[in-house]
Amino acid sequence: MAQHKVNYTQDGGLPVALTSIDKIVNWGRSNSIWALTYGLACCGIEMMASGASRFDFDRYGTIFRASPRQADVMIVAGTLTKKHAEFIKRLYDQMTEPRWVISMGSCANTGGMFNTYATVQGCDRVIPVDLYLPGCAPRPETLQYGVMLLQKKIRANKAGNAQKPKRLM
Amino acid sequence: MRAYTPKDDVQAKSYYTDRYYVAPQVPKQEVETDEAFAADLAALKEKFEVKEAFIQMKQMIVYINANDIYGVLEFLRDELTYTQLSEMSAIDWLAKDNTFEIFYQMLSMTKRKRLRIKFFINNGDAVDSVEKLFRCADWSEREMFDMFGIEANNHPFMKRILLPYDWQGNPLLKTYPLEGDEFAAWYEVDKIYGKEARDVIGPEIRDTARVDRYDSERFARLGFEVPKGTEITGNEEPNNQDYQEEGGVFLIKKFTKESSKIIDDPQR
Repeated sequence: MAQHKVNYTQDGGLPVALTSIDKIVNWGRSNSIWALTYGLACCGIEMMASGASRFDFDRYGTIFRASPRQADVMIVAGTLTKKHAEFIKRLYDQMTEPRWVISMGSCANTGGMFNTYATVQGCDRVIPVDLYLPGCAPRPETLQYGVMLLQKKIRANKAGNAQKPKRLM
Repeated sequence: MRAYTPKDDVQAKSYYTDRYYVAPQVPKQEVETDEAFAADLAALKEKFEVKEAFIQMKQMIVYINANDIYGVLEFLRDELTYTQLSEMSAIDWLAKDNTFEIFYQMLSMTKRKRLRIKFFINNGDAVDSVEKLFRCADWSEREMFDMFGIEANNHPFMKRILLPYDWQGNPLLKTYPLEGDEFAAWYEVDKIYGKEARDVIGPEIRDTARVDRYDSERFARLGFEVPKGTEITGNEEPNNQDYQEEGGVFLIKKFTKESSKIIDDPQR
């Protein structure tokens, strides 16, 4: 008998797994969510902490990228000013589909405490948002939970279809 | 009869203010009480017209004519060792007498003295730039232009510094609402999507006490989620959400709370 022969009937079965295209594609997508480095204010510090060794985003396959063209998810971490609004839209447009947006913290969700002329009252006025994380600033655990929920959302959708526009503009 | 108060300060205060309250003034001293300031003022008076001068909080305040400002600051810098321009900006007195008060805070490192040069200009007038004397005045004057709309003559780059170039309005004016005027409210929508998108996106929600009756349907308490449309009483059963789907995820080890290790010690 050959030394490395696999006994298919006993040692854990065939080295073959059967699945559907949707599942394998979504498995890949949901476990390699590359995030755009997008710290706008103090939430960015919590986002950095989530990526660093104590909370370690790498084990989710979430790696921060410095280019929107390599990113899947934009984590809007911080206050979005009106001057910056056009740039967030441009960066969002540069991301390749499928793409997702996490709005992190009160400022990105609603404008937060900055009820002023210079702050966009929620980044969903400019780009469509998939997930809102409450908190000022949210702890890294919240962001981790948010990424896991996003993974769940990605797996729940079909992989093949082009993403439906989230808002008709 | 009740005293008339100008109503054009639209930054309305919701808190109670005493109608008869008079803000206390910092006491003013004569310039002669300080030798160094008295000498400076005497030297200044020889060359320029000084309208008023006094000492407040150990700093001398000198009122001059608006068109003397370049000469005065040059004299202070070169002759009287006030080599630093700490700060300059404007004060809005438009509601009172349609003027701006411009101030220049100077510091002498050798004399260890601070001095403030002030003058009034009418609404719409420009000031002379002191950028050639103090490089830091470059940005200060641009900020003054940005926030008050006061232009500086002979400035090398008289453009807005903080707000975008296409912004309308000057936010530090007392007539400018804190939450922005119509232009500010629709700025990002108009710029990115065009005016037609106003109807689609809708106005900004700035009411911090706003309660949306659908919030209880759209946003649930974490761990107590109920199906859409359920009336929430507050006594819901805990509905612990798993991070992963019921059947597990392809090729991924299922995460269960029972098998996880919880670290209680925060100083681990």
